[in-house]
Amino acid sequence: MSLTEKQATFSHDDDDVVVVIGSGAGGGTLANGLARQGINTVVLEAGALHTTADFLADEWASFSQLAWLDPRTTSGSFRLATDFAGLPAWIVKAVGGTTIHWAGASLRFQPHEFQALTHYGPVKDANLLDWPVGYDELAPYYAVAEDRMGVTRTNGIGGLPGNNNFKVMYAGAKKLGYNCNTGHMAINSQPRNGRLACQQRGFCFQGCRFGAKWSTLYSELPEGIATGHLEIRPESHVARIEHDKKGRVNAVVYFDKNGKEQRQKARVVAAAGNSIETPRLLLNSASSMFPDGLANSSGQVGRNYMRHMTGSVYATFDKPVHMYRGTTMAGIISDEAHHDPSRGFVGGYEMETLSLGLPFMAAFLNPGAWGKDFTRAMDQYDNMAGMWLVGEDMPRESNRISLNTEVKDAYGMPVANVHYDDHPNDIAMREHAFERGEAIYGAVGALETIRTPPYPSTHNLGSCRMSQKAEDGVCNGTGQTHDIPNLFISDGSQFTTSAAENPTLTIVALALRQSEKMGQMLKQGAV
Amino acid sequence: MSLSRRNFLRNSRNALIGALAFSNGAIALLAPSRAWSLPLQMLTTTEAETLLKLTRHIFPHETLEDAVYAFVVRDLDKNPATHSLMDTGLKDLNRRAGGDWLALDSEEQFRHVEAIAGTQFFETIRSTAVVSLYNNELAFAHFGYEGAKGDGGYLYAGFNDLEWLPDPAPADSGIKPRLPG
Repeated sequence: MSLTEKQATFSHDDDDVVVVIGSGAGGGTLANGLARQGINTVVLEAGALHTTADFLADEWASFSQLAWLDPRTTSGSFRLATDFAGLPAWIVKAVGGTTIHWAGASLRFQPHEFQALTHYGPVKDANLLDWPVGYDELAPYYAVAEDRMGVTRTNGIGGLPGNNNFKVMYAGAKKLGYNCNTGHMAINSQPRNGRLACQQRGFCFQGCRFGAKWSTLYSELPEGIATGHLEIRPESHVARIEHDKKGRVNAVVYFDKNGKEQRQKARVVAAAGNSIETPRLLLNSASSMFPDGLANSSGQVGRNYMRHMTGSVYATFDKPVHMYRGTTMAGIISDEAHHDPSRGFVGGYEMETLSLGLPFMAAFLNPGAWGKDFTRAMDQYDNMAGMWLVGEDMPRESNRISLNTEVKDAYGMPVANVHYDDHPNDIAMREHAFERGEAIYGAVGALETIRTPPYPSTHNLGSCRMSQKAEDGVCNGTGQTHDIPNLFISDGSQFTTSAAENPTLTIVALALRQSEKMGQMLKQGAV
Repeated sequence: MSLSRRNFLRNSRNALIGALAFSNGAIALLAPSRAWSLPLQMLTTTEAETLLKLTRHIFPHETLEDAVYAFVVRDLDKNPATHSLMDTGLKDLNRRAGGDWLALDSEEQFRHVEAIAGTQFFETIRSTAVVSLYNNELAFAHFGYEGAKGDGGYLYAGFNDLEWLPDPAPADSGIKPRLPG
């Protein structure tokens, strides 16, 4: 039975519904949280509805099936602007959003990371700030999120069995004195919550055909629909949010699958379109009352866009590895995730195994490269191990999502331009991480190590950040915008700083908390 | 003679033809026969052979069969947007080579490839090849990637069969899931 077949439906004129824009980690979790409280919720999702049976074991074909490929532009000195000028992000346009593509790593932020300014002190040319919400406040929601998502090594859930790529990282890590295990993953190591166990398929990025990896597509959304209070409308591309004379949002205008303009009235609107589309939507919703876009009196909408410090190290060996077999992110080292400025940078980073199939290895190993250095590495594909390096990057006002009025999407709306310059702290951290990654593989006899530059971003953060003071950001510690009480930010755009860890678990914890607080506000008539 | 008539004649007679050179390779095991042929829509046989050789210089894999490089030529051939670029680029390459680049020895050929690196012609071939060359079953077999064979999962098919390093401590890894039922 299709997900949407027996769902409740709400009228376009129903002005009592909460409209959630986006169905990924933030939007999907929020919508289910509201529906479980009996609050009627309409989810507008730009992408199409797929089932797990649709997912493909073919990297390029899957990319065409799932990725957000609507036009975007780039600027700034980051290498992606050269390598993939039209593809700053690798995120999903489908029901379930990027929870279809994510690798499953579910790490809590460290307590000090919620207070980056306090702990790191001011950093030149960065816009550091403490979060208005702290670790202790979020901890119970982390616990609920881990249980709902089935995170390994929590709630008595065993770890995933390590694959070949893990074995290589693990052996190197042990030689260097690092701790390493198969991590906290929202991938079932045993059947749980109606989802199967991981079959070590190796196509985590292409959508988990077995549903072993948590995704809102087959967890939060069906649960919410079953309450009778959630309607999801796939292929509904939101163009703008409207407001009344008092400056409160009251409707969402979108284009349906036939390209027909529709208007859904709303009591509350929650934007969860990922950190590129969410600010774009607020900016594209400018009106005579809000000429700079919605919730933008601070001028901070779109600013402080973060994408994590990232990079990869691939290493070749004289014996086979077959790294592509099994979970993509199969092992994690967290021993460099702490804050230790003696390393020459603030914040920290995680090291996580990563593998790419042959087609994407060719595309991403060293974009633009050719000749013998490139082909020598490719010739060693089956003897290759790999890891991803992911760490805290610095929020900067100048790293921002803005509207490119020169380029329009299929509906005539200006597209997002993504501007990013690496901060010296990001560069120093990347260098340190590359060296440690190389040392790990060197310790177990790597013949050659290759430093791979950042991929199009899957971690897109900030851009509508939380702040205590209205002038420093866009929303408060609940994600409610400072300017418009019934407009919320519900995705990674809320992040005040990026922390080192993969963001999904924190997005889910924030969404669970937001749904609870929003429910209270609705019942009290506060919004 | 009309243009379409000329094209028809051209189409009907042009093909890129070869034979598998390394018969003991993985590709030979997959191939239904040793001979392969690629019918061409727009390119002449000489143009196709030149592009194949050019691609071999850009992504040199010594033991990778021409039959795999032919996928790149196929994709360049079927893309109408790049035809005039291929035409002028190949003419330019031959001009630089004093008439016939393909006739030069490999070292001389490479000198001219280096000289055109970064041009739109070169980049079009490189960016097509980086996808086409590595995104097919023959390349998967050659490089040791199992592609869609992984669709059912490697849980009982070698996901942890690496034996040249010690096994991780059980506490740091995990156990296989229970069999259903």
